[in-house]
Amino acid sequence: MAVPRGSPEAQESFVEVIAPQAVDTLIRLLAGDGYEVVGPTRRDGAIVYDRVHGLDDLPAGWTDEHAPGHYRLRERDDAALFGYVVGPHSWKKYLFPPEETLFRLTRQPDGSFVTEPGESDVPPRAFIGMRACELAAIEVQDRVFLGQAVQDRGYAARRQDVFMVAAHCAEPGGTCFCASMDTGPRAREGFDLALTEVVDGGQHFLVAEAGTEAGRAMLERLEPRAATDAERAAAERVWAEAPKMMGRQMPGDAREVLNQAFEHPRWGETAERCLSCSNCTLVCPTCFCSQVEEVPDLEGQRTERVRRWDSCFNQEHSHLVGGAHRDSVAARYRQWITHKLATWHDQFGTSGCVGCGRCITWCPVGIDITEEVTAVRRDPEGRA
Amino acid sequence: MAPETLQPRADSALPEQAMAPQPWRIHSVRPDVASNEVFSWTLYPEPGVEPGPPPAPGQFNMLYLFGVGEVPISVSAITADGGIVHTTRAVGSVTRTMQDLGPGAVVGLRGPFGTAWPVEQARGRDLVLVAGGIGLAPLRPVIHAALERRDDFGHVVICYGARSPGDMIFRDELEAWGARDDLDLRITVDRGTAAWRGDVGVVTQLIDRGGFDRRNTLAMTCGPEVMMRFAAASLERRGLKPEDIFVSMERNMRCAVGFCGHCQIGSQFVCRDGPVFPYPVMEPAFRIREL
Repeated sequence: MAVPRGSPEAQESFVEVIAPQAVDTLIRLLAGDGYEVVGPTRRDGAIVYDRVHGLDDLPAGWTDEHAPGHYRLRERDDAALFGYVVGPHSWKKYLFPPEETLFRLTRQPDGSFVTEPGESDVPPRAFIGMRACELAAIEVQDRVFLGQAVQDRGYAARRQDVFMVAAHCAEPGGTCFCASMDTGPRAREGFDLALTEVVDGGQHFLVAEAGTEAGRAMLERLEPRAATDAERAAAERVWAEAPKMMGRQMPGDAREVLNQAFEHPRWGETAERCLSCSNCTLVCPTCFCSQVEEVPDLEGQRTERVRRWDSCFNQEHSHLVGGAHRDSVAARYRQWITHKLATWHDQFGTSGCVGCGRCITWCPVGIDITEEVTAVRRDPEGRA
Repeated sequence: MAPETLQPRADSALPEQAMAPQPWRIHSVRPDVASNEVFSWTLYPEPGVEPGPPPAPGQFNMLYLFGVGEVPISVSAITADGGIVHTTRAVGSVTRTMQDLGPGAVVGLRGPFGTAWPVEQARGRDLVLVAGGIGLAPLRPVIHAALERRDDFGHVVICYGARSPGDMIFRDELEAWGARDDLDLRITVDRGTAAWRGDVGVVTQLIDRGGFDRRNTLAMTCGPEVMMRFAAASLERRGLKPEDIFVSMERNMRCAVGFCGHCQIGSQFVCRDGPVFPYPVMEPAFRIREL
């Protein structure tokens, strides 16, 4: 039966519980249904997203520490499956891949050419362990790739069939600020299935909610049982406590602050630290800039149009006759932060930032987007 | 969960293959300056190619060279039989390769993209066109439209600035336009030659000569940003309202449909919201360096 989200039934009386082992069943059922199942796994000293085949692939008992320019894995004293924050990867890499062949073109004998689409037969994927901020980020990219006059075919194809399993964030990290962006830590919509993991006083279980009919059908196959009052109370404590653990906060008027700050001296100061390395744009789950490269074969008979992630921190990004339009690092940093938090609203009707904190964690010099806005806000004229 | 935003915008006018280069053949090549640094191609679609809607004055196409790359090039004319004329200056790796192609070669084309000059809005009014260098190319379809329906417009004033007499493009047409008494063509160059008898100096001095009704004029300008900025200021000084002035912007572009992020000027995508903008939209951007 379908339970409307947000209804009293969903919130109060119809709380269902599954055991940690049911996540293994979930992964195997999804794989059996033809999904390529991807989820969190521990590799290279980080939590990354990759193929998962069962519970053993999940980072049980691990968490990650986040601070500006700092990320470390640490063992937990429990066996939580989703007890980390977020790693450097986001689901963007599956929906908008870092490299994608848009078209393959072949020369014809008469000098003309034939254009064929690059990728096809994308497997339907299931995403396991999505955070609320990541669901919000996908909604942001939907507006870019599906909400304009022309839709991105590849994105649409990959996006269409994703089965989304959210894991509400129980322990946000030191660089998190989704609560102030109103995107989390509890996922409100967009998922097929959402899990709240409770690891408390020797008990370990997951509260499961269905967001769609498909999610409801899958949940039934996991044979959930009704939660006890104590279990429900424990899940409610997770939801209530998580927002208090945000390491950071974005000022609510960031858009207005930045719209008045295009000539602020702060950008020059930040540029003295910024390495223009583009790490922030690579880990950002909403950044969408790309370039297209021509990759011909040696005989000149076949060629490919290959799209790759680009970054407004690259000088080439603004190349024009006569040189880069945004030559200074200050101009590039300003472009990134004002786009993310101000002009994105004008373009797509939403902020481009979901408060995941990755750009802070993965900045080699620890530049903090919330601190930048706060500094400009404190001194709008740049007098200090 | 499937997204709910899978509907294109209501104003979508572009074919489904807006991203795929379609083969068009070069019918003729015409050097526009003696050095061939600027040249015009007339292109026709290859058999089986469904051309997009006819480009409106000011719109652009993405032109693609097999194995080389793709560049945005504005449309400088369309022919009565569906040919599209593009005028290009050879300044980058793709455009320098374009320079070497002759009639019969096949190139890729997708488009048209972007906003158009508000020609209909100029009906019944004086029209002032201010062009710098190759910026005359995207304005030429406006001149053609105005001459086709000459009675629909009042005074038509063309102010054209080139680096030197040898850098002037469309010379035959300039001569023909200069010979007409229903067209006020004014030309200036940055550097004259011994044979040059015309004006020397910035294009704004041509605007300052007036000759148009300040209360009933529409102005369009295309050229280097600094030129457009000063042209707009001159037009404003002559009494034009900012909203009656239009500018055409240029930025790095990869996709032409708002995906690649390269062409942003503040909140505007030049490919999607431009290249033709009402001056009040761009005026703040002109004042911010490296925006």
